[in-house]
Amino acid sequence: MTETLLALAGLTKAYPGVIANKDVSFEIEQGEVHALLGENGAGKSTLVKAIYGLVKPDSGAMHLDGKPFEPGDPKAARAAGIGMVFQHFSLFDALTVAENVTLGMETPPPLRDLSARIREVSDQYGLPLDPTRIVGDLSAGERQRVEIIRCLLQDPKLLIMDEPTSVLTPQEVEILFETLRKLKAEGTAILYISHKLEEIRALCDTATILRLGEVVGTCTPRQVSAREMAEMMVGGTLHVPEREAGRPGEVLLTLDGLSAPSPQEFGMPLRDISVEVRAGQVLGIGGVAGNGQDELLLALSGEMSVAPDMVRLRDRAIGRLPPNARRALGLCAAPEERLGHAAAPDMTLTENAALSGKTRKNLVRNGLVDWGGARDFASTIIDRFDVRTPGPENVARSLSGGNLQKFVIGREILQDPDVLVVNQPTWGVDASAAAAIRQAILDLAARGTAVLVISQDLDEVMEIADDFAALNEGRLSAPRPVAGLTIEEVGLMLGGAHDMEVAHVEA
Amino acid sequence: MIALERRPQPSRVWSYLSPILAVIVTMVAGGIVFAALGKPPVEAIRTIFWDPLFGDFADYFRPQLLVKAAPLILIAIGLSFGFRAGIWNIGAEGQYIMGALFGAGFALAFYPSEARWLIFPLMVVAGTLGGLLWAMIPGLLRVRFKTNEILVSLMLVYVADFLLDAMALGLLRNPEGMGFPGSRNLQQYPAAHNAELIANTGMHWGVIAAIFAVVTAYILLSRHIFGFNVRLAGQSPRAAAFAGVSANRMVLICLGLSGGLAGMAGMFEVAGPSGQVMSSFNVGYGFTAIIVAFLGRLHPIGILLAGLLMALTYVGGELAQMNLQLPRSAIQLFQGMLLFFLLAVDVMTNFRIRFGRREVA
Repeated sequence: MTETLLALAGLTKAYPGVIANKDVSFEIEQGEVHALLGENGAGKSTLVKAIYGLVKPDSGAMHLDGKPFEPGDPKAARAAGIGMVFQHFSLFDALTVAENVTLGMETPPPLRDLSARIREVSDQYGLPLDPTRIVGDLSAGERQRVEIIRCLLQDPKLLIMDEPTSVLTPQEVEILFETLRKLKAEGTAILYISHKLEEIRALCDTATILRLGEVVGTCTPRQVSAREMAEMMVGGTLHVPEREAGRPGEVLLTLDGLSAPSPQEFGMPLRDISVEVRAGQVLGIGGVAGNGQDELLLALSGEMSVAPDMVRLRDRAIGRLPPNARRALGLCAAPEERLGHAAAPDMTLTENAALSGKTRKNLVRNGLVDWGGARDFASTIIDRFDVRTPGPENVARSLSGGNLQKFVIGREILQDPDVLVVNQPTWGVDASAAAAIRQAILDLAARGTAVLVISQDLDEVMEIADDFAALNEGRLSAPRPVAGLTIEEVGLMLGGAHDMEVAHVEA
Repeated sequence: MIALERRPQPSRVWSYLSPILAVIVTMVAGGIVFAALGKPPVEAIRTIFWDPLFGDFADYFRPQLLVKAAPLILIAIGLSFGFRAGIWNIGAEGQYIMGALFGAGFALAFYPSEARWLIFPLMVVAGTLGGLLWAMIPGLLRVRFKTNEILVSLMLVYVADFLLDAMALGLLRNPEGMGFPGSRNLQQYPAAHNAELIANTGMHWGVIAAIFAVVTAYILLSRHIFGFNVRLAGQSPRAAAFAGVSANRMVLICLGLSGGLAGMAGMFEVAGPSGQVMSSFNVGYGFTAIIVAFLGRLHPIGILLAGLLMALTYVGGELAQMNLQLPRSAIQLFQGMLLFFLLAVDVMTNFRIRFGRREVA
């Protein structure tokens, strides 16, 4: 009864030094939700870029509706009925929803007609969105709706979604899934890229699994366990982080009424955050992106100065101390953005090791940098955290995201901090590397470090944290022990679904 | 179709090759300009690049090379730190003038003192301070009010220029100068004269300072935490903040450093080769030093070589003016082309040319 919508046959794409896709073949049926699974670097994004006309494959053929399909650019792909929602939104904060949608169109209709169309589509698919709102004020989930509606306005036959749920609360995920099921019922095919295996089991009809650029298997997600899929992805058995139940020790980090305006426009101010973290405790802070995570990290790392008493390390007021003074006292931090914040892209790993390690590793004497020592430190990080790179003389941006993340987290962990703050420690990292990073964080806590993990990945928080607190609109909920907490309760702590009705009221 | 593709890492080969290529392309393009002006191109290029070193009167011109190179190198070394950190001091010319005014003003205030051991070192301090204070104006305005240091520092060049005129005609005018504009000649004021240290070499205290600056800058950049912070601030401001580098302090230090060295260069110039505070004192070293800094890859050794090369175009340019009646502006055009071509060729450091279909990866 179903017909093949898109068929890929023998797709191959090589970049200098790596084969991104090797002889990839699979078919997407009409009205099918097809999952594309694979670790980072498995070739998923190259493959979808080929379908979306961003990359031209070296060999192989694609057929859309039985006709040869060779999109020269995204415009051609869109004209043929392919829509794509990227993981990173390409929206302008200062413009309204409707204006943003206009910018992506070939021949935009008058803004008034478009606004009406947006309302129509958003009603039809249960995606509440007010076309007149400024994008900068929207939650991540709402921004994603803008991207989805932008695609839907062009009546796509195939909608590609790259990691769509990484920024959503559980309730928002449900809304999204409802929308996707409606689309499916109307015959739209969906190519769904995700790491989250439980979601794939809930939503997808078929899954194609990629490893090192090759198709290593297909399965019907409902019929196999998440663990089986993970092992197909990794090509081996998966190590699940373990922890010993330790007794929390003395209070190391105290936040006391931490409030601060955001240093960025459209940022989120921190509002009266109070919490304590004890030695050996892992406090997980969940929340949807843009609810104050970045600001909280800056206030803790020392990049943002606050009133002295708002941040205390042991009993010392450190709110006004700059980053290196905090490091000297034992507080280390790893920001979310690897390239450009945690590490300087064009500097070598040796230089990047010195970047935050110089204070605690005594790499500066009489003003002179001990480059030999920095190199040794970088090599130690590379060894201990299995960073795949030819050596410490390579620049940071030559590393893959996951490898650089291991380096950045390893750099802070190996400084033996008393308090470690990490933001999105395994963002975009493949399953086995993520497990290694989580294990390292747990080991550090077992040795008596107070750890604060800020993460939008709820599975991660539930897996490694002792206690959970939610960050919502810059406010932090009271922490609750993770044991016994259900995912629904967590969702409600996160503020539930943002703007279930079309919102006119600012929270 | 020809397309530019970003290299995964900046090319080391091209970063050394592009200044050399830029010089060659400038020679060719300059030759065409000279030919268009009706001058023999090959002879003009030879007059600029060859004759000052190996021509008939090379003995006279060679010392000039050091005299011209010293201020260029001194200023460019200072600028290179700011440029690396993304702080654009375009007003070195003004700081150079202020250094000269402070240095000369200090010396003339004590005229006629015999105490060279006191006067001359304090002139160096005064000159440095003059440039530094002038550079603090754009620095403090940027830190305090987020003004653009490029515009403010540039505009202050014109202010300094008028101040120079005012001083030459007013406060610092030679009381025994029969009413002519210009100060007393410091060359005839032994306590203040920045004389040649070895006869007929052009070697004066400014040259020593320039060499010292090159060595110090080299150590700062390669070994010292300050050099690391400067590079970090320029490449990745947010990573620099994470590393604990204060952006505001970096602005003040870099502007202070470049202003101070430019002021020092101005002081050595007014006390030596120039001798007098007069309205024709500044000849654009502060601007040319920007070219020197980039031509030298913002690297101390590169700046040393680039400074000597630019000095050569100054000396050779004068020679070409005399011998071939080449207009002065043609020489300035020639120097400007050098920076222009350098920036153009520089694309090759970060990109490679690819023939064939364009691809977005």
